[in-house]
Amino acid sequence: MTIEDIKKPENLVYRKPSLLTDNVMHYCPGCSHGTVHKIIAEVIEEMGIQEDTIGICPVGCSVFAYNYIDIDWQEAAHGRAPALATATKRLNPDKYVFTYQGDGDLASIGTAEIIHACSRGENIAVIFINNGIYGMTGGQMAPTTLIGMKTATTPYGRDPKLNGFPLVIADMIAQLDGTAYITRQSVHTAAAVRKTRNAIRKAFEYSSKGIGLSFVEVVSTCNSGWKMTPVQANKWMTENMFAKYPVGDIKDILK
Amino acid sequence: MAFKGAIDVDIQNCKGCSVCIENCPTQSIRLSGSVNHKGYHYAEMTGDACIGCSSCAMVCPDSVITVYKIRI
Repeated sequence: MTIEDIKKPENLVYRKPSLLTDNVMHYCPGCSHGTVHKIIAEVIEEMGIQEDTIGICPVGCSVFAYNYIDIDWQEAAHGRAPALATATKRLNPDKYVFTYQGDGDLASIGTAEIIHACSRGENIAVIFINNGIYGMTGGQMAPTTLIGMKTATTPYGRDPKLNGFPLVIADMIAQLDGTAYITRQSVHTAAAVRKTRNAIRKAFEYSSKGIGLSFVEVVSTCNSGWKMTPVQANKWMTENMFAKYPVGDIKDILK
Repeated sequence: MAFKGAIDVDIQNCKGCSVCIENCPTQSIRLSGSVNHKGYHYAEMTGDACIGCSSCAMVCPDSVITVYKIRI
């Protein structure tokens, strides 16, 4: 049997989700954003909610997320995606509303918005991409940058005396009564991708139940900002990022 | 029961990040010696050990891999 005999439509087991557009992603090679976009497209396709989903784009590398997933989107000011999502969900209570934010957006300029959205218990899903660096602007230190991690603005490594300590947002908001589901996942292996897909699906389902905010943090890589190859970056992430940001469910009020 | 698989790579959209190669349990993917129109060495299937597990396609950030599988 030749390879061409296997490549037939009836043998198809995995293809690009139909919700992803044909636009070539502007992300760097190996960027976790592309994988998470694909997972979101798969979940929306699987749940059959393409017409009922509204995404809120952040500012950062994923500012153009609306070019890649074929659903309704809005673009928020820097860090204000949870505020926009609050309005969108309250005006359209039947829709699935989610925000897609990076760590420079959510953990820095948008800290007030995310904390108050969690505190109010808005029925939205938040997807938080945490790669510990500002990717788009050239690799500066973010609030989530690890101690000792070299960035453009901490060339000798992050020093807590000068730059403070990393902000662990998911654990912080788990204390708030308005949150329903909080989990931390990653997308560096096929098994991790499966877990993240289940987590994002659960977050979407919870957001329609009226029980509070669902939050999925994805520990990601920024190989350009970290100055590594994509494969090295994945390895560095498992060795260093997971120590500070361990993967797993943090809170699930229906369990 | 065994499975045999094959992958199709969208050559022009592949950015050669090699994450698929790292995740392949049967070492059935490699970077091509030639480049696509962006200048990236794209991923391609090699050998006949592929089992169609879809690990490569799941971790591909640019969704350029399509997977086929049959039972033999």
